[in-house]
Amino acid sequence: MKNNRFARLALIPYALWIVIFVVAPLVLIAYNSFLDIEGHFTFANYGKLLSPVYMKMMFNSFFYSLIVTAVSLLVGYPVAYFISRTKHKGLWLILLILPSWINLLLKTYAFLGILGTAGPINAFLEVIGVGGQQLLFNDFSFVLVSTYIFIPFMILPVYNAIEKINPSLIYASRDLGASNWKTFQRVIFPLTTDGIMSGFQLVFIPTLSLFMITRLIAGNRVITLGTAIEQHFLVTQDWGMGAAIAVVLILVMAIVMFATRKIIK
Amino acid sequence: MEQTKKWFANGYLILVFVILYAPILFLTAYSFNSGGSMVGFDGFTLEWYQELFSDTRLLIIVLNTLVIALISATIATIVGVAGAVAIHNIEKTKYRSMLLTLNNILVVSPDVIIGASFLILFTMLGISLGFFSVLLSHIAFSIPIVVIMILPKLKEMSPTLVDAAQDLGASQWQVFSKVILPYILPGVFAGFFTALTFSLDDFAVTFFVTGNGFNTLAVEVYSLARQGISLKINALSTIIFAITLALVLGYYFLSTRKKPKTLGGTD
Repeated sequence: MKNNRFARLALIPYALWIVIFVVAPLVLIAYNSFLDIEGHFTFANYGKLLSPVYMKMMFNSFFYSLIVTAVSLLVGYPVAYFISRTKHKGLWLILLILPSWINLLLKTYAFLGILGTAGPINAFLEVIGVGGQQLLFNDFSFVLVSTYIFIPFMILPVYNAIEKINPSLIYASRDLGASNWKTFQRVIFPLTTDGIMSGFQLVFIPTLSLFMITRLIAGNRVITLGTAIEQHFLVTQDWGMGAAIAVVLILVMAIVMFATRKIIK
Repeated sequence: MEQTKKWFANGYLILVFVILYAPILFLTAYSFNSGGSMVGFDGFTLEWYQELFSDTRLLIIVLNTLVIALISATIATIVGVAGAVAIHNIEKTKYRSMLLTLNNILVVSPDVIIGASFLILFTMLGISLGFFSVLLSHIAFSIPIVVIMILPKLKEMSPTLVDAAQDLGASQWQVFSKVILPYILPGVFAGFFTALTFSLDDFAVTFFVTGNGFNTLAVEVYSLARQGISLKINALSTIIFAITLALVLGYYFLSTRKKPKTLGGTD
């Protein structure tokens, strides 16, 4: 049914959707980033991005996202590797995916209780003699909760990459006398770079754009690009500035995707 | 040596999974606490559940959320099927991959960007923020995922099926409804289900495009949580967990049970 009328008719609603909800919003974001609060044309929003306040915010956002991604990788890689070596892979995978179906607001909310001054973690710290700590409303809680929420998205692609490795490569490495560690270092790890890169995309970009976690448990401070965008659109109503930050986020996203795809190829 | 390694691997996995589930269990356990806070368990109570079910405002919000999810998933599925068929029928690879790229933009875009840009869009078009703007947004961000779920099914379908139907005199609509649609139906269902969960799960986009009078559950949970701890949220979470668990497990068992029939059962 190549080139028939039906398929061309089917294209109409779909093309309308693309124009109204994909192309127009992108154009509008770019256009708004050149408007000041009164709607006059200006470059001032981009100028403000270069000011120390915004540079610091952007730096913080990248810094925290990198930490979250790195911790996810460090903790998640062994998980992916060990799951691939267990008997009941399917069961472990379901157990891994299941929490990611639960709304992240609820998971974040749970940490309000867990990390609270009278919560279980602080009770534990008291018992071992460290004494109570303020665990909430700071950078630590942001990194912890973000890692908790996004770690499955690092584990899954790494797991898939490990599963794709042809086992004969591992046998060959062992036959040639490599130790388990050498086999991992020289054969398994290099072959999972694709998975790590996908995981990087799936953790780094969402962490940059989070705003509900910072609002709920990181003390309301503007430390991510996402929070800054939300702040400008919904609190200060300076859409132009918010749009300019959104443009930065889109560019970063494009760069990350382009760079990681290059490595994947 | 091998044995200790195995113990270490299993121990590590169990530890990570305990941490993964601890917050959820913690939240659930405290929904039965008569103490009124997430500190110290005073006694078992169903008080918070009673309070939840007598809160008509909240029940209306739940209803809103379900209505939005069902309508948006249905419309997104229809448009998504049309889009997948249209993309599949484009012969030039260049145009096809261009459409696919445009399709995937909303899938990879962060929620804040989608929310902020839709907010500008609706304001410009003069669409008032509320039920309608939320519905439109949910339809919009669900369409690309439906397309992605259906395209592989279209690709794996042998073109001879369509040729045969046409040779036998079927009209284009008959070819679609009697040959193509039944073939891609598993993909259509998967797309519908995913669109449904995307809509139910969405917070950020809704938060941007909703007005004062209209809330979905996620937005309501957010505004409750910003006011601090209330065990009503715990009770609500427990119910949501239970439903999510039932849905995911149900979907999993349905999809694994069907597998042997179509794919020859690979394990």
